[in-house]
Amino acid sequence: MAPARLLRSRVFRRTLGVVLLLACVAAMVTGLVGWHANTIYTRAAERSIETDAAELRSELVARGFEALVKAIAERSRSGGSGVYYVADAAGTYRAGNITRLPDWRGPFGRGLFSYATPAGPRMAAGLLIQIDGEPRLVVGRDIEDQRELLLAIYRTIGFGTALLLLLGVGGSVLIARHIQARIESMSGASADIMSGNLSGRIPVDGSGDELDRLAVQLNDMLDRIEQLMAGLREVSDNIAHDLKTPLNRLRNRAEAALADSGGAEAWRFGLERVIDEADELIKTFNALLLIARLEAGSSSEGIEIFDVAPLAADVAELYQPVAEDAGFSLDCSIVRDVPVRGNRQLLSQALANLIDNSLKYAAHALPPRSIEIAVKRVPPFVELVVADRGPGIAPSDRDRALRRFVRLEESRSLPGTGLGLSLVAAVARLHRGHVRLEDNAPGLKVVVQLPLARVAQPMPELPPERRLEAEAAKG
Amino acid sequence: MRVLIVEDDREIAHFVQRGLKESGHGAEVAFDGDSGLDLALSGSFDAIIMDRMLPGRDGLSVIQELRRGGVRSPVLILSALGEVDDRVKGLKAGGDDYLTKPFALTELLARVEALGRRLTSEEPATRYAVGDLVLDRLTHKVMRGGETIVLQPREFRLLEYLMRNAGQVVTRTMLLENVWDYHFDPQTNVIDVHISRLRGKIDKGFDKPLLHTVRGAGYMIRDGAG
Repeated sequence: MAPARLLRSRVFRRTLGVVLLLACVAAMVTGLVGWHANTIYTRAAERSIETDAAELRSELVARGFEALVKAIAERSRSGGSGVYYVADAAGTYRAGNITRLPDWRGPFGRGLFSYATPAGPRMAAGLLIQIDGEPRLVVGRDIEDQRELLLAIYRTIGFGTALLLLLGVGGSVLIARHIQARIESMSGASADIMSGNLSGRIPVDGSGDELDRLAVQLNDMLDRIEQLMAGLREVSDNIAHDLKTPLNRLRNRAEAALADSGGAEAWRFGLERVIDEADELIKTFNALLLIARLEAGSSSEGIEIFDVAPLAADVAELYQPVAEDAGFSLDCSIVRDVPVRGNRQLLSQALANLIDNSLKYAAHALPPRSIEIAVKRVPPFVELVVADRGPGIAPSDRDRALRRFVRLEESRSLPGTGLGLSLVAAVARLHRGHVRLEDNAPGLKVVVQLPLARVAQPMPELPPERRLEAEAAKG
Repeated sequence: MRVLIVEDDREIAHFVQRGLKESGHGAEVAFDGDSGLDLALSGSFDAIIMDRMLPGRDGLSVIQELRRGGVRSPVLILSALGEVDDRVKGLKAGGDDYLTKPFALTELLARVEALGRRLTSEEPATRYAVGDLVLDRLTHKVMRGGETIVLQPREFRLLEYLMRNAGQVVTRTMLLENVWDYHFDPQTNVIDVHISRLRGKIDKGFDKPLLHTVRGAGYMIRDGAG
């Protein structure tokens, strides 16, 4: 990993920041401990020097110079941390564990000085006291041990901080590299998927950590997308089939008419057949377009709350004569007062499609032929039922028959778009309902289940995203 | 009738123009919204055929501009968008009728003629008569040759619509829209059966049929041989 990229890594920068902060805190804490220890030792030494000096002064005043010399010689021998020097009036050394006046660091006669010992120079703190106006007495305390302790503390701070920094930076690099490698493998996988390999998946290492969970989630999403894409492919295949077949027939008819040597009359007949086929094609196209728009969600325009009973009765009335002429009895059992929130035109069309289907598919059933239209109240639903005594749909085909843009093989040979059930299912979905296909023993029973609307409390609007989609589709 | 066609597809525009001329109407053509608006504002037309998606200015905004300019000519909107709310939008914008592309010429002509008539007789009459057939909208009675004919409510409305447009072709889609208020095409020819039931009531037993089938177009009620 190049240093520039490492510096751009968020993980690296964050970890490094934390490490630096920790190092600063550690250094500060240790430094404070050292500073306090130093202060305490220094005060103790200062007090001890003051006391000692006062005792020696009173010895000098009370018992004279020789007694002082004796006291200092005694103290020097005792082997403590005391540092002493005393000289006579001529400045000659008389007693003490240093033999000459030391070199003061800082102001003369006060503070720190170094003195020689057989083991080498050591540091001490002390006072220079004047006797008869001459600087002849030094009372001090060795502070070399204290200095060494302090130095040890400072060394620890430096060393510790350096170690912390080293480990911290190293650790940050390792963590950043690990995460970056994981993320790079994820982005590599997604680039691969984007380039068209829809079955590709993001690697999961099974650790169950947050990146792993993210990868699992993304993979679930990819599964869903792949399914949708497969659905889309099936849909476009179906559409291609549904439009290309009639286009092919249209072309065949035009060719047949051209090839016909029957003259104007034959051409007229051919052209009429071409127009018929074109009309069928337009119907199929309209049905496909309508299903597509319903699937995308419709705008709220035309959505109202109304009683579905008169709607069903009206559609039944529209079909009554044609059903009777075709030898069907159209039996209605419609309960009143079943409010539904939706689009009248679409629900009428769905019902009309179902009756159209029954008329078409049950046309060759044995008499008595009948179509039953029912509106039932099954709270919290309304059920619109159209049942016939035709051949029905095999249980294995029922799911497929309701899928988007699907027409069953059996329906392709009959006139009409064959998209009736797909359209009904799409209308039901738009109304937040669904369609059930049942065995009418014999025949087909289609149940369109819609939510019963509460009149006093209107149902919620369509979710806004569906409305937006619908707007976008129009734009 | 003078008709203005505003349609950017020249082939469709000329096809419609020729169709209108062959049915004895005058027809002018504009290929975009702005020239269509200028023409409509300057000349008086009995009907305007307006494509909804036009280059430059959208058809609906042309209609709104016309209505603001005081032009009352009825407008038939032509559109590739056929869904219910598109229709509602078109009519709200000031259109009088809505026809989805692709359309049959007979359908277009029948609708334009119905629109042209709407302009001359704004108020529907209370009583219609065709030959010896009389429909009274106030008493809901139908008589032919002095005999009362009993009709179902829907049959009454069907006859009423046909008689209001007497002498003119009325298509199946127009009947579905105006009598049943359905804006979709059923797969089965439901209208034909309703018409034949009505015909059984008003024409059966009389020498002269009044309700005629116009082949490839629709139906027409009129006095005299088809």
